[in-house]
Amino acid sequence: MHLQVSSVCKTFGHGAKAKLVLDRVSFDLHAGEFLALVGSSGSGKSTVMRLIAGLDRPSAGTITIDGQPVRGPGSDRGMVFQKYSLYPWLTAAQNVAFGMELQRRPRLEIRERTAYFLEVVGLADAARKLPRELSGGMQQRIAIARALAAEPRVLLLDEPFGALDIQIRESMQEFLHQLWRQTGLTALLITHDLEEALLLANRVHIMAPNPGRIVRSVDVDLDRSNMAHLRVSPGFLELREELAQSLRGLEPALSR
Amino acid sequence: MHTSLLQRWLRHPWTLGVIGVSTVLVLWWLISSTGLVDKLFLPSPQAVLQAGQVQWSSGLLVKDAAASIQRVFIGFAMSAGLALPIGIAMGTNPVVCRLLEPLMGLIRYMPAPAFIPLLIIYFGLEELPKVLLIFIGTFFFNTLMIMDAVKFVPHELVETARTLGGRGLPILIRVVAPFIAPQVLDTYRINMASAWNLVIVAELVAATEGLGKRISLAQRFLRTDEIFLGLIVIGLIGLLIDLGFRFLMRRSCAWAN
Ligand SMILES: Nc1ncnc2c1ncn2[C@@H]1O[C@H](COP(=O)(O)OP(=O)(O)OP(=O)(O)O)[C@@H](O)[C@H]1O
Ligand SMILES: [Mg+2]
Repeated sequence: MHLQVSSVCKTFGHGAKAKLVLDRVSFDLHAGEFLALVGSSGSGKSTVMRLIAGLDRPSAGTITIDGQPVRGPGSDRGMVFQKYSLYPWLTAAQNVAFGMELQRRPRLEIRERTAYFLEVVGLADAARKLPRELSGGMQQRIAIARALAAEPRVLLLDEPFGALDIQIRESMQEFLHQLWRQTGLTALLITHDLEEALLLANRVHIMAPNPGRIVRSVDVDLDRSNMAHLRVSPGFLELREELAQSLRGLEPALSR
Repeated sequence: MHTSLLQRWLRHPWTLGVIGVSTVLVLWWLISSTGLVDKLFLPSPQAVLQAGQVQWSSGLLVKDAAASIQRVFIGFAMSAGLALPIGIAMGTNPVVCRLLEPLMGLIRYMPAPAFIPLLIIYFGLEELPKVLLIFIGTFFFNTLMIMDAVKFVPHELVETARTLGGRGLPILIRVVAPFIAPQVLDTYRINMASAWNLVIVAELVAATEGLGKRISLAQRFLRTDEIFLGLIVIGLIGLLIDLGFRFLMRRSCAWAN
């Protein structure tokens, strides 16, 4: 799998109201990698993701997967939104099965894979619960299980933990890291939390707004065997502080 | 101990409602039994009950109720059945919406009873004009309310389905339809009340049978007890239909409560 985003621009609106939201954004993502896009609000992160998902079209530039241009949404690119994305009338298990049913997979396979992915996200016990009976963190885990069960080649995560409180957020970061190691998935994570990006991704692109563009890219090579430890280790904090500085430098008006 | 029992009793969802209704009944009985008000204006509960017994045993009550219910049922079924696809089309397709919304918004504000003369000229005094009146009086509200329900389907839900490999019709059936189901039922429940109003209006104007017809006949002979009876029966049937919709909604859309 090779996702290639090259010189992608996106303009919203026409004529005098036209607004350039993405300016020549380029990056690559290979199978098994974990990539993060970090940037302040309005830097166009979600727009990039929607273009990759095929929910929107770039105004210029190309997005290809294994050389094939993206023409619309498809099950090869699974997406997890920040919130409101579980079907409230379906149980957790039915939500996980939903994508596979749309794909018309055999019933037996659906049942087995549903059970398997509920197990993977640690929610086998919640199979028969409705989304409203689950906590925010559990709901996001189900959303991730649903996306994975449809066998995407790349998992697109748009601030998946943005609506969770800090403790659950940390445990979800741990969970996502374990999931990545276990399943060897390819992931693109959007976040405005630098720490989250550095904890999880092999490579981090930093985006700046007006117009949205990538201003800096770093490879992150850290020992992630103990995340709690990593969060407070000097090397990690140093890298985080350095990048935070450069992020602040981008928005003099907002820095304290 | 006593207070807690009383409190628990008061907290039962039906208690206060029953108290309200029986208070009015008792007041009615008290006032009419003092003889302060002329019987012509306020018949006693007993008189109304007796009128009911007479109409029941002669089969008139059942026949009238059946005639009214049938008209409501046919007219509303047409309205609901047609409003569903058109409302969904308007809610999902901006072109259809821009085409139809101004038209419907306009007709919606034309009072349905004002169509009665026209309907009588076109279709005479048979069943068709009455059924059509119910259709006209509810179709536009049904459609526009269903359209709104569709527009409020969170796009994350639709877009998630698209990234899972869903498209067009499957998304309509598996995402939009279940999401709007509770609102559609509620829309039907609310507009059913106008359908029920309109059938009575239609029968007051022209009919050979029906609860509305019975009331207008009763007026001719100054039988206020029969008018009261008609009103109460109409109210009770309406209430039953309303409860039926609520029951259906609780049953089929448990997730929405
Ligand atoms: N459909 C649209 N029409 C017009 N403008 C849009 C549209 N979608 C996004 N924008 C604009 O594009 C810019 C980038 O939006 P985007 O949602 O991609 O940012 P983001 O980095 O995801 O921000 P956040 O962190 O708040 O989610 C914003 O200024 C937004 O107003
Ligand atoms: Mg965003």
